[in-house]
Amino acid sequence: MSTSARQALDRQATPWLFASALVTTAPHILHQAYWLNALAGLLMLRAFHLWRNDERLPGRWVLALLVLVGCSGIFMEFRTLLGRDAGVAMLVVFMAMKLLELKSKRDAVVVVVLGYFLLLTHYLYSQSIPTGAWLLFALWLVTATLIRLHGGPACTSSVTLRYAAILCLQAIPFMLVLYLLFPRISGPLWGLPSDAHAGMTGLSDTMSPGSISRLAQSADIAFRSHFTEAVPPKHKLYWRGPVMEDFDGMVWRPHDSRSGVATLENLSPPIHYEMTLEPNNQRWILALDAPVQLPENVSLDATLMATQRQPITERRRFQLAASLDYRFNRNEDPRTLRRNLALPQGINPQSRALAQRWRSIENRPESIIGQAQALFATEFTYTLHPPLLGENSIDEFLFQTRRGFCEHYAGAFVFLMRAAGIPARVVSGYQGGELNPLDDYLVVRQSDAHAWAEVWLEGQGWVRVDPTASVSPTRVETGIVDALPFGEPLPAIVQWRASWLRTLRYRWEALNNAWNQHILGYDPQRQRELLSRLGLPETDWRSLATLLGIICTLLVAAMAAWTLHRPPPIDPALRLWQKALGQLARRQVDCAAWETPMAVAQRVREQCPELAETFQNVVDAYLQVRYGKSNDNLKPLREAIARLR
Amino acid sequence: MSLLARFKQSLFRWRSDGTDPLRLGQRRIFIVPSRGGLLFALALVVMLLGAINYNLALGHALVFLLAGLGITGMIHTFRNLYGLVITPGRCEPVFAGQTALFPITLDNDRNTPRLALELAAQAEFPVVTAIDGRDQTRIRVPLHAAERGWLALPRIRLWTRYPLGLFTAWAYLQPEMRCLVYPQPISSPLPASSPSHAESMPYGEGGQEDFAGFRTRQPTDSLHHVAWKASARNGGEGSLLVKKFASGTQEELIVDWQSTDPTLPEDARLGVLTGWILAAETAGNVYGLRLPDQELPPSNGDAHCLRCLEALALFRI
Repeated sequence: MSTSARQALDRQATPWLFASALVTTAPHILHQAYWLNALAGLLMLRAFHLWRNDERLPGRWVLALLVLVGCSGIFMEFRTLLGRDAGVAMLVVFMAMKLLELKSKRDAVVVVVLGYFLLLTHYLYSQSIPTGAWLLFALWLVTATLIRLHGGPACTSSVTLRYAAILCLQAIPFMLVLYLLFPRISGPLWGLPSDAHAGMTGLSDTMSPGSISRLAQSADIAFRSHFTEAVPPKHKLYWRGPVMEDFDGMVWRPHDSRSGVATLENLSPPIHYEMTLEPNNQRWILALDAPVQLPENVSLDATLMATQRQPITERRRFQLAASLDYRFNRNEDPRTLRRNLALPQGINPQSRALAQRWRSIENRPESIIGQAQALFATEFTYTLHPPLLGENSIDEFLFQTRRGFCEHYAGAFVFLMRAAGIPARVVSGYQGGELNPLDDYLVVRQSDAHAWAEVWLEGQGWVRVDPTASVSPTRVETGIVDALPFGEPLPAIVQWRASWLRTLRYRWEALNNAWNQHILGYDPQRQRELLSRLGLPETDWRSLATLLGIICTLLVAAMAAWTLHRPPPIDPALRLWQKALGQLARRQVDCAAWETPMAVAQRVREQCPELAETFQNVVDAYLQVRYGKSNDNLKPLREAIARLR
Repeated sequence: MSLLARFKQSLFRWRSDGTDPLRLGQRRIFIVPSRGGLLFALALVVMLLGAINYNLALGHALVFLLAGLGITGMIHTFRNLYGLVITPGRCEPVFAGQTALFPITLDNDRNTPRLALELAAQAEFPVVTAIDGRDQTRIRVPLHAAERGWLALPRIRLWTRYPLGLFTAWAYLQPEMRCLVYPQPISSPLPASSPSHAESMPYGEGGQEDFAGFRTRQPTDSLHHVAWKASARNGGEGSLLVKKFASGTQEELIVDWQSTDPTLPEDARLGVLTGWILAAETAGNVYGLRLPDQELPPSNGDAHCLRCLEALALFRI
């Protein structure tokens, strides 16, 4: 049994293995350390060079040394050999090294299985449509390699590739059945390595000058929302993230203790929507202000922020409802109010003095707020790259630079309000969004990240004030693209103004959304829904496994019957002859199936003399094919029959 | 026959298939995962755990597609043997110690080729072959011939792992084929010939002393005696010529069992006799064979030589 496993690898199969190694490792180039890419590339090049010159492969000790070097390099880079990134790096290096060890067919099979395994690791980084398409291509090539390995030199490349395509296509029905019916378990099964969800962008839980403007330069999608009814106007779309109450002169932070309750009075009917949140590795879900209905496992804290117990590490769907007009905590805890008046001592004296002056002129909070908004409406510029600020950041911003992004305005506004004795705090989140007309999903990107302020007024509770709206009303009315002058470092994709480009982007994003919703979003919940729609509610995994087994067996049987069925060999000459007889039957010359061609020709001469000569040609050609020297030349027969018409 | 043997026979159909062409049906083909297939399955399980653990929707899809690929591969491996027509051929005799080659014709009446078919009577010597669509191929299964006599082709195993190598499909065949094995020749000097019978034999013209012209070759004349140059002279169109010699006396050799060393074992004595027969035939002598239970009258030529060798091969069998 093991004889063929020990068989030497045939030389012409090696390029296939190189190709497989290349397509399965290539996408990792994008997110791996440079030295790892270089090492893997050099090893592959060396292996290719050895193969081309038909030189001896390196010995066992050299390989052991290489493994040692590779592993210690990876250990120094990642400080572990087990995490996600380190594991992937190990696989890539092993794949490259295995190419230096291609001696037998068994080594080659290991390369192929390693290749299949590497395909999976790409999904740790991206499950987008292009990744899926590339991996399908890679799967095809790796399968062709496997066929080439076992078929030997008799396998030409075109035959191999075609056969691989046929096998992959025939595997698709099994994949669909298994995908839909395999009992789904929501992971993780065990603790994930700490870097499992590294590299996610999103709102952070602190705010300092520059933190949101940096985020706003990313076109990544933060979440999508689908409203059951009409989409509310843009200036009402405030998606609430972390609320920051503590200020140390530079950085705004949420307050640690989350005591207290949120009491909400709704003034407008709830608006229902479904939110598909991209993973951000944070606990908050960015519910629309103010959230009134929450799904299970999601709770509201005293600052009206909806949070989940676990960080959101994968795309999640939530059913939510919001009330756009509300009164929030009219009877706020006095401790909270005190907290929202606190300011660090000794800094920003000019701003304090300005607030004191406003307060001495007119003590009504509304008029103080109006003063501040009027200040921002003059001489201030809304920009993504404001100048750096020093220790007295708010003084410098308000009286010298006067250029800032929303975090500057929100921070300065809250500072002024607190200095004037009005409880105030910063709220971060997203504002607005873009409606994709193709699938009616509202797309909210990182570039829609925003910060605004909330002030507490007697009898009204917490009231939202967006100082950015005073500086740049378009930011809130239509969006960030129109609010910023041309040349600001916004991602190109959101700036596409030409309508065809925009349509293209809408299409692509709608396709991605469908992919996310229907293919990637197929989870245990969706599986249950599908089964109950199929009339199998409350199916446990045992009956699911039985159903799966039955369907797979039927599929195997059907496929076996189809591929093993041997159609009776059809003789092309006979088929042509029968076609000629059919022509005769149309002209009322009847002849039996057992009559010889000569007898038929005789009958034609008797019954249909005008056809005799043309038919004689048919008979001659047929006999030539049957008994002549060149019995595979059907052309004369075909032509003779064509003349019969 | 023991119960186990009978069970094996009915299960694996190890009885002789005869000499007729045989089409492999589904009851003859067995299929199990190969070692590579087990590695593949193990990889799939690990990948599935990874996909569940990291909640990778496409990871699930990939694992399921690969599982489907495995199942499809199984069907196609089975199909690579299914419907193959096997026709036993005739086997050329060999000397003991040589390798007998059993010719078998494989017919593929499908349009698609069948690749990487392996056949072996002994697992160490597999023959690998491939057949194009609607084609046939003739392969020769090697089997070491250790002893003289009839060498029957044992059960041969026909197997394949093509296309994916994840499964091994195999069938056992036992066509009724046997090969005649001559004793292993032992070369030793020819014994003295016995000229006493020379006058009475009608082979006066066949000696090798004095060249006396050519005559046309009779089918009984050994090819060793053909005068190739002379035959080729008239353009190769005419019949083959044999040199004629004008020797009056013809020495005639009787290869006799009694003249071998009686202390040797039987097979060695037969080997010596075989060596003599071959030497006598090469030298163009007229020779006969005398064995304890039969005697072949003196003659020469290929057919006579083969008759003698056969007698030696089947001596006391």
